[in-house]
Amino acid sequence: MYFGFQNISIAYGKQPILENINMEFEKGSLTTIIGPNGCGKSSLLKTVSRVVSPSAGEVVFQDKPLRAYAPKELAKRIAYLPQVHMSPKDITIRTLVSYGRYPYKKFASGMTGQDYEMVEQSLALTGLENMGDRLLNNLSGGEKQRAWIAMTICQQPEILLLDEPITYLDIGYQVEVLELIQKLKKQLKITIIMVLHDMNFTARYSDWVYILKDRHIYGSGRPEETIEYEKMEQVFGIGSQVLRDEKNNCPFIIPEKLQVETGLK
Amino acid sequence: MKPYHKIAIILLLACLCVLSTMVCVSVGTVSYTIPEVVQGLINADSPSRLIIWNVRLPRILCGGMVGVCLSLAGCILQGVMRNHLASPSTIGVTSGASFMGYLTLAAFPQYSQALPIAAIIGSFAATMIIYLLAYEKGVSPVKMILSGMAVSAVFGAFNDIIRTFFSDHLANTAGFMVGTLNGCVWDSFFMILPYMAAGMIICLFLPSKMNILMLGDEMANSLGLRTERFRLFLIAASSLLAGSSVAVAGLVSFVGLIVPHIARLIVGSDYKYLFSASIFLGYLLVIVCDTIGRVILPVGNLSVSIVLSFIGAPFFLYLLRKKEG
Repeated sequence: MYFGFQNISIAYGKQPILENINMEFEKGSLTTIIGPNGCGKSSLLKTVSRVVSPSAGEVVFQDKPLRAYAPKELAKRIAYLPQVHMSPKDITIRTLVSYGRYPYKKFASGMTGQDYEMVEQSLALTGLENMGDRLLNNLSGGEKQRAWIAMTICQQPEILLLDEPITYLDIGYQVEVLELIQKLKKQLKITIIMVLHDMNFTARYSDWVYILKDRHIYGSGRPEETIEYEKMEQVFGIGSQVLRDEKNNCPFIIPEKLQVETGLK
Repeated sequence: MKPYHKIAIILLLACLCVLSTMVCVSVGTVSYTIPEVVQGLINADSPSRLIIWNVRLPRILCGGMVGVCLSLAGCILQGVMRNHLASPSTIGVTSGASFMGYLTLAAFPQYSQALPIAAIIGSFAATMIIYLLAYEKGVSPVKMILSGMAVSAVFGAFNDIIRTFFSDHLANTAGFMVGTLNGCVWDSFFMILPYMAAGMIICLFLPSKMNILMLGDEMANSLGLRTERFRLFLIAASSLLAGSSVAVAGLVSFVGLIVPHIARLIVGSDYKYLFSASIFLGYLLVIVCDTIGRVILPVGNLSVSIVLSFIGAPFFLYLLRKKEG
């Protein structure tokens, strides 16, 4: 297996969050995980950054469990961007992006020429080349998110995990960030796994979709197979009109209140 | 601010440290000129030798090192806890050291010279107790702070009990509790020196890791830093740093809290510069305050802690307001 979850269960105390999750991600694809609030999507991603350790099962990377890798080795291959970011308030974009070089640093040595080059490349890829010296705190939401993505790109990962990358952004920045993610997938051939709440964006940008519900995988498939009436009803308790977005060649749904009384949550 | 500005400021602070050491050595009940001070330092037969070499220099160097250790500890802890109110007392250094100090004096009054060692052991033990109580699949900063408060309260209660029943044994603990450099001799200097040296070496190698830790555990972990192990190491190191300074000077308050703040106001939050700025500022603040305490009263002297609170606090507030305005 290139990358995936094998029989993963997660529990907080005695409360099971996820049970027996198996997922496999194809190299170079973009997979989106969707599901209702609290269904364990974020926890699942956190097992990769090892902040959450699964109560059973393994995250597998190139046929070996994650714990078989040294943390820094892993950080050169897999990058992860949490939903909520923390940073000192006087940090510049360039400094932030340079932290992505941490896994490449040898003990007690500084940044090498190659490191600096990667920082500039990552800035250019995310369209921040002229803003490197600006303070992160003075940026708009979309620019901030781009700076954080630039930092993960600076790790030169082959897999990038994004936990709700557009949640706090207005629709303009949402499109901007998702287009950036798609560009990174195409240009750098990175495998991307993200958690989203927006069904239409999920449908448009994903190659593959996993739906989580009640601790299990409720369904998976291409957007056409997953973003559809019955699954939306069963998973989110909504009715919907599913249309076809011809321009982007993907399904498009208009959510509405479910008519059947018993289906209401 | 450009990096070379920050480096220039740090170099300036280093020069100020040397300069103020000379000045602090020269003033006191008997004042000397700078040439006399230099003579006293290099010439074993000069008339000023006794006071300068045997009395003032060890006291000032000890004070400086107490400042360095406390501010490094504070600097590390404010990072580890991601809380600007963290200081050595957050991890039980104050309560642990004073409890062991009291216990030693009450139970073994004949061994009062063991007080410094007892203080180090007490502060380190208190830190470890707090860490273990806060541990649950790792330690979150908030839990650590809360369990620190709880453990400190328990130690405080024990202290009150000892004070109630053994008050006659504790007559000479005032210096220890308030924090003073009165008893500092060359022996104290050599006692704290290894801790300070270790602390400074640590700080040479830590900045990039500290900076990563500031991005939060999730981010730091996925960048390849073993956050839990690193945090335990930092907490233990700062406990020993602060504990060693308690052993030499008693409970000097405030330095560990405000020096990192002042340093941050001057050079920003990048640990590459923050550590060195804290080292020099801690040194400066303590020796200057101690010297003021020595010269302000015609007879006797004010303890360094009192001066620190009187001068350090308003100065700190001034800096805070100026920065915001």
